[in-house]
Amino acid sequence: MRIQYRVPEGRTAVYTEQEIRRKDVTEKKILLGNEAIARGAYEAGVRVSAAYPGTPSTEISESIAKYDEIYAEWSPNEKVAAEVAIGASIAGARAMCSMKHVGVNVAADPLFTAAYAGVGGGLVVVAADDPGMYSSQNEQDSRMVARAAMIPVLEPSDSGEAKEFTRFAFELSEKYDTPVMVRSTTRLSHSQGVVELEERREREILHYERNTAKYVMMPGNAVKRHVSVEERMKKLAEDACAMSVNRAEYRDLSVGFITSGIPYQYVREAMPEASVLKLGLVHPLPRKLIEEFAGKVDKLYIFEELEPVIEEQVRSWGILKAVGKALFTVQGEYSANMIRERVPAIGGELPELSEKESSSLSPAQVPARPPILCPGCPHRSVYSVLNRLKIHAAGDIGCYTLGAVPPLSVVDTTICMGSSISTLHGMEKARGKEYIRNWVAVIGDSTFMHTGINSLMNMVYNQSSGTVVILDNSTTGMTGHQDHAATGKTLKGEAVPAINILNLCRSLGIKHVYEVSAFDLQGLEEAFLRETGRDEVSVIITKAPCVLLKGVSFPDKCVPIPEKCRKCGACLRPGCPALTKNEDGTVSIDETMCNGCGLCAKLCKFDAIETRRVNKSADTARKD
Amino acid sequence: MSVKNIMIVGVGGQGTLLTSRILGNLAVRGGYDVKLSEVHGMAQRGGSVVTFVRYGEQVAEPIVEEGQADVLIAFERLEALRYLHFLKKDGVVIVNDWRIDPITVVTGAAAYPEGILDMLGEARRTIVVEATKTAKEMGAPRAFNVVVLGAAARYVGFGKEDWLKVIEETVPPKTVEVNLRAFEAGYCMEDAAGRE
Repeated sequence: MRIQYRVPEGRTAVYTEQEIRRKDVTEKKILLGNEAIARGAYEAGVRVSAAYPGTPSTEISESIAKYDEIYAEWSPNEKVAAEVAIGASIAGARAMCSMKHVGVNVAADPLFTAAYAGVGGGLVVVAADDPGMYSSQNEQDSRMVARAAMIPVLEPSDSGEAKEFTRFAFELSEKYDTPVMVRSTTRLSHSQGVVELEERREREILHYERNTAKYVMMPGNAVKRHVSVEERMKKLAEDACAMSVNRAEYRDLSVGFITSGIPYQYVREAMPEASVLKLGLVHPLPRKLIEEFAGKVDKLYIFEELEPVIEEQVRSWGILKAVGKALFTVQGEYSANMIRERVPAIGGELPELSEKESSSLSPAQVPARPPILCPGCPHRSVYSVLNRLKIHAAGDIGCYTLGAVPPLSVVDTTICMGSSISTLHGMEKARGKEYIRNWVAVIGDSTFMHTGINSLMNMVYNQSSGTVVILDNSTTGMTGHQDHAATGKTLKGEAVPAINILNLCRSLGIKHVYEVSAFDLQGLEEAFLRETGRDEVSVIITKAPCVLLKGVSFPDKCVPIPEKCRKCGACLRPGCPALTKNEDGTVSIDETMCNGCGLCAKLCKFDAIETRRVNKSADTARKD
Repeated sequence: MSVKNIMIVGVGGQGTLLTSRILGNLAVRGGYDVKLSEVHGMAQRGGSVVTFVRYGEQVAEPIVEEGQADVLIAFERLEALRYLHFLKKDGVVIVNDWRIDPITVVTGAAAYPEGILDMLGEARRTIVVEATKTAKEMGAPRAFNVVVLGAAARYVGFGKEDWLKVIEETVPPKTVEVNLRAFEAGYCMEDAAGRE
């Protein structure tokens, strides 16, 4: 689908899928931060985009894939994605890779050296951080990584800037011969705001000439490149003082904030009369501009989420009146209320707590509602068996990490993508084969293709006896259903040969590789008992598509038969959210939530739940 | 006008994203600056979900903070109570009279609070909507979210025709008809409840 926007005179904009399809075109649209980043790349003439899905970065690629002019792919992991973009850049095209903050770690190897090699066509790395950890295993600050890699960082504050800064990032990249990072956060990536659309400016692919001194990073060349990297960063820091993305907004001079990204919005909301130095380029910092601003304001606050990246540099220049983490936390998201509560109002004082309490309600004490596996999720079925057999699991990253919490309580460890297999291997090497007889590694199909395969190679090579369970639900589930090398479809929607995971495992020389349906409780039990007892490495692939996957239909519903119910609670044990225990001990099943997987019916020894075909028209609202 | 703050809360999978998009498009259509903030990824999987919509002449932050919301649209009772303290003193909560047990209740680790609707009513202006029931009767149980939106419409503002137009343009083409009916059902329901 080609998205071509032309602007009819005087028309205001509404952003809808239908309008895009009708090519009924508008000037202003409300876009997610991520969609705006994709739009910025499109307008900048990007030709190649590569990524691995990861919240909160995923929609960048999903959005960019809609532009016919751009080649876009899901790569198996972020390292591959970064290298694809680097290759495209060296070949002379503008290229981009995008990833979540922990993906930056996976891609760190190529990125650190790409900073030395510099670019051909503009090269932009989008890193989406997750302050507050809405969907992540840590809260690291990508600006710290970029500083270590000596890569400049731009940080937009809303969807409009997300588009503008992304476009600008390509200009910077080419002008200073460096990869440039655009740093987002969950709040920016997943907020929508008004964006003015412009036409794409097509870029000719640059002439390619062999240049080993620049692109072959062996010691003799890298030594010289390191010198240019330092010079480039120094020059950028000087030029940054005059860049329009860095902007001093002088208002009341008694209070000044240095801030960037989403926190800028909180400053504007909480203290609209304060002076603000809004930084668009957060690395390297515009020292003169900051010194000038600091000299003009009485009180100086540095308002940045996560690490004190700006604060530590500013204080190292002797600007000791700057207050940052002494007042604001390194954890979680910021807010306007944080300023209202901790910074005295201009010409005033901190608000009295009692004043606030009297005018508002305090939060109600209510039961938590943590995320859970969906009704009908095949992972629940597999975990219900592992739980019954008292088998521990070294876990991995995906929806199935939720197997750590009650009532399933199967997963014992989760560190990072691909780690389940190698951590189980390490446990065995530390404590011996017998110790891991009641252990397995669990890993999703997409995560297995990401980095799990490397760990499995290690198991074979270093003679592990562990059992690996690949929870194959035919998609990258948690991030919202993205394809990968084993699904048979590309990001652009093309059908391609799917890598067969069973054959892939066998090709490593593993003799015992088995496929079992994720809902075959008896088959699963047999396989788990047999393979964990085996003295060599084995793989069990549990198969059933994610219930939310497009095209997967569940025509049945599970229906309780109260007369037959003995109130034993066996059906409730796997913790399916569609089931509720009634006061009399029988169960109700919410038909709007039930996907009819039949797990509860299978667990009932008294046939008190049946799986029944229901009237299809009752479910048309979602399944079309 | 000053910035209008709306929150949509519910349980992951109940369609808060779609309804917030309808509101966002409505605000753009009205010529306002608008910001929406959503929840994606793991946090969405059956967990407590909150989406913010803010519109006005100029909007800075994309989130609504405690004590600032004008309208709280809740797809489930417990979630209405969880976020009630975000409402302004004169704010209004529109709540779907529906219960979904959190896993903590299913496993017996916690109890589902009794008398939520009374607690809401005592604290703030409360409109109770039988949206899930209505949507089931319509033969479209999943469209309950648009029924709630219909009931919330006159507290949010905008003309009815604008709502219908925007719903038509925002929801997936195959669900336009059912969603328009769902909105109508909610809108009429409120016609009665609004007079109290």
